[in-house]
Amino acid sequence: MNNSTETQTKSGFDFGKIVSKLGPLLALIVLVIIVSALNTSFLGINNIMNLLQQVSINALIAFGMQFVILTGGIDLSVGSILALSGAITAQLIVSGFSPIVAFLIGAACGAVFGALNGLLIAYGGAAPFIVTLATMSVYRGLTYVLTNGNPITGPAMNDSFSFQFLGQGYLFGIPFQVYLMVLGFAVFYVLMHKTAFGRKTFAIGGNEKAAFVAGVKTKRILIWIYVIAGFLAAIAGLVLTSQLGSAQPDAGTSYEMDAIAAVVLGGTSLAGGKGKMSGTLIGALIIGVLNNGMNLLGISSFFQQIVKGIVILVAVLLDRKQAKN
Amino acid sequence: MKIEMKGISKSFGKNEVLKDVNFTVHSGEVHALMGENGAGKSTLMNILTGLLDANGGEILVDGQPVKYDDALQAEHSGISFIHQEMNNFGEMTVLENMFLNHEIKGKFGMLNMKEMRAEAKKVLQRLNVDIPLNVPIGTLSVGTQQMIEIAKSLMNDTKILILDEPSAALSEKEIDSLFDIIRGLKAQGVGMIYISHRMQEIFEITDRITVMRDGLTVASYPTAEVDVHQIIKDMVGRDLSDFYPDREPKYGETRLEVDHFTSQGVFNDVSFSVKAGEILAFSGLMGAGRTEIMRALFGIDHHDSGTIKVNGQEVNLKTPSDSIKHGVGFLTENRKDEGLILDASIAANIDLPSIDGFVKHGLVDQKADNDFVEMLIKRLTVKATSRNDLAGDLSGGNQQKVVLAKWVGSGSQILILDEPTRGVDVGAKREIYDLMNELTDRGVAIIMISSDLQEVLGFSDRIAVVYEGRLMGEIATQDANQEKVMTLATGGKLDE
Repeated sequence: MNNSTETQTKSGFDFGKIVSKLGPLLALIVLVIIVSALNTSFLGINNIMNLLQQVSINALIAFGMQFVILTGGIDLSVGSILALSGAITAQLIVSGFSPIVAFLIGAACGAVFGALNGLLIAYGGAAPFIVTLATMSVYRGLTYVLTNGNPITGPAMNDSFSFQFLGQGYLFGIPFQVYLMVLGFAVFYVLMHKTAFGRKTFAIGGNEKAAFVAGVKTKRILIWIYVIAGFLAAIAGLVLTSQLGSAQPDAGTSYEMDAIAAVVLGGTSLAGGKGKMSGTLIGALIIGVLNNGMNLLGISSFFQQIVKGIVILVAVLLDRKQAKN
Repeated sequence: MKIEMKGISKSFGKNEVLKDVNFTVHSGEVHALMGENGAGKSTLMNILTGLLDANGGEILVDGQPVKYDDALQAEHSGISFIHQEMNNFGEMTVLENMFLNHEIKGKFGMLNMKEMRAEAKKVLQRLNVDIPLNVPIGTLSVGTQQMIEIAKSLMNDTKILILDEPSAALSEKEIDSLFDIIRGLKAQGVGMIYISHRMQEIFEITDRITVMRDGLTVASYPTAEVDVHQIIKDMVGRDLSDFYPDREPKYGETRLEVDHFTSQGVFNDVSFSVKAGEILAFSGLMGAGRTEIMRALFGIDHHDSGTIKVNGQEVNLKTPSDSIKHGVGFLTENRKDEGLILDASIAANIDLPSIDGFVKHGLVDQKADNDFVEMLIKRLTVKATSRNDLAGDLSGGNQQKVVLAKWVGSGSQILILDEPTRGVDVGAKREIYDLMNELTDRGVAIIMISSDLQEVLGFSDRIAVVYEGRLMGEIATQDANQEKVMTLATGGKLDE
């Protein structure tokens, strides 16, 4: 009998649907127009490259974060994983490992840290928020222990072409890390939208119990998802370490916030089960343009935080309104 | 007090749920309101208590037209509705629950516990029950909670009490005490509207029976002047014999064999088997453990011991994923919770257990997947505008078809259906039965859990009866009748 209590109304022209489909892209375009009108140097090639460099790091983290959020979870530890993986890599290079090997080990470490998150969440049955809040602290603490609170740097890092290329190199006039972002987008876009793994990710976020009954190995998938998040955070950490020429113990602090913001601005539901990879890329660009634009306009960093917070709030409230309609 | 509902009509959108309903109840009468799911009983009661507005008709209380804006107003006028699902706060005490929102306050707005306790005791005494007031309500049995619910309504000086499936979750003993309470209240002049599907109870406790079907009141009789057969005929609209399609089973090999299946404290030493082409019904009272057995079998819950053989091979079904690989499918009883992803498309729901089969070179072959989904939507006659419609937007019957499509699509050779026609309208019910016939014709073995005794007797080949976690016996459906099944379901034995 309950099924009949839902009545549906449909209007001919669905304005809301169009806005919700193109919303993030429209917001990005409007933002670019406003910023470039206020400061002409915004569209300069140097500034654009600089902006894309910043965006790359956040976007890489956000791609992983989106998988997590699609399952209805959250990963607060990505900033700490970024720092710890960066520090491990730097330490290895300083101790004489070849940068390539050190990169591989660093990335693998990120995956392992993510796996630990996933294991605790899937088998420990603890809430993702709590687990990653705790591991955020643990991984950050380990970073301080490893670095002794000081940056790790040395000639072994800064004299190495392959180490420097990752975060400072250019290919055809475009920073190398932008290629990494594009590659990351392509790979994880396919994973999210074209594979059975992606389908199961959405299913878990939509209704974990129903997914389990339908034969989805929910625990296994969840662990892999946190592995992805950890791995991508580590890659972002390697890029940042290379860009700075050193591993900073407090690197990546509060980066999880920008990543979550990018995912949410891109239209992914925090409740899980709904979202698009392209949205997250656009979300990361919006955050990047906001940061970069406000810097160009000379807005103090104190105010920048307020503006960013308000933008995220507005985006979420608009999204809620859409969901209700 | 006398309530008359005259010519009540109600539509949801284009869906006309009540057409022209007349219903009268007065003090000191126990009046059964019967009808199939979707007949309009709950809608009618919701209109009476102000939860819904009628589109037409009028309600007279003692001859005066009334209209309640909400349940609270109805309560103040002496009409209380005890819903099937109680909204208690399990962690709070009995007393706190009883006085929630109408706490008695003393000086400085502090709670006057003493007076509340006295008041609660007085009303519980009226029901002749003894319930501790200081324990968390969640620790008490459903039956006890229901009595508290009734007591709560009495505090409002209720004259007409609506009981929606009050016995559904009760044990035999609890039902007896419920009936004592009902008789006591009746003697005190309280009128009751008793909604239930259980014939035995209806004939035991009520004075009058009104039957609804498809939004109309089709008949009303004094209970003493009518028999079960007539009531069923009124409810279904035709003789029972032609409501269920015929079964002409051709049995094949044994598909599933379960031996000494045990989960400590839940079910014990359960053994049964199903053949290809057979429908084995699992009957029993609510809470007897039927669902639990199947959940453990399918790998959702754990079990402690026992063996499972699929097509003669012993298998280890540790997770649903294992079961699906061995050709087992499970339609759960709560489709919104475990059957469907309501916010996902029909397609994403249907292909979920089969999705790994569509992977080519690591990617989902979208075209093959779409064809597969379209084929199933057509085959199960799911009514939707496209495969991209959200599952949550469909009617109950169509949602159930989507869940069935999922399991038919995954190639289940053993299909466990837990209450397959619950919350499904009459037309879709028939379609589901036809599909079950078609599946068994193709050699699928079906296990059907059903609390609807008519369904069990009308559409199965064999009936297994569960009581308190044990299998009490099996009866060939052609030799079965209501008494036999109920005897086993209540822990009795059949004398041969």
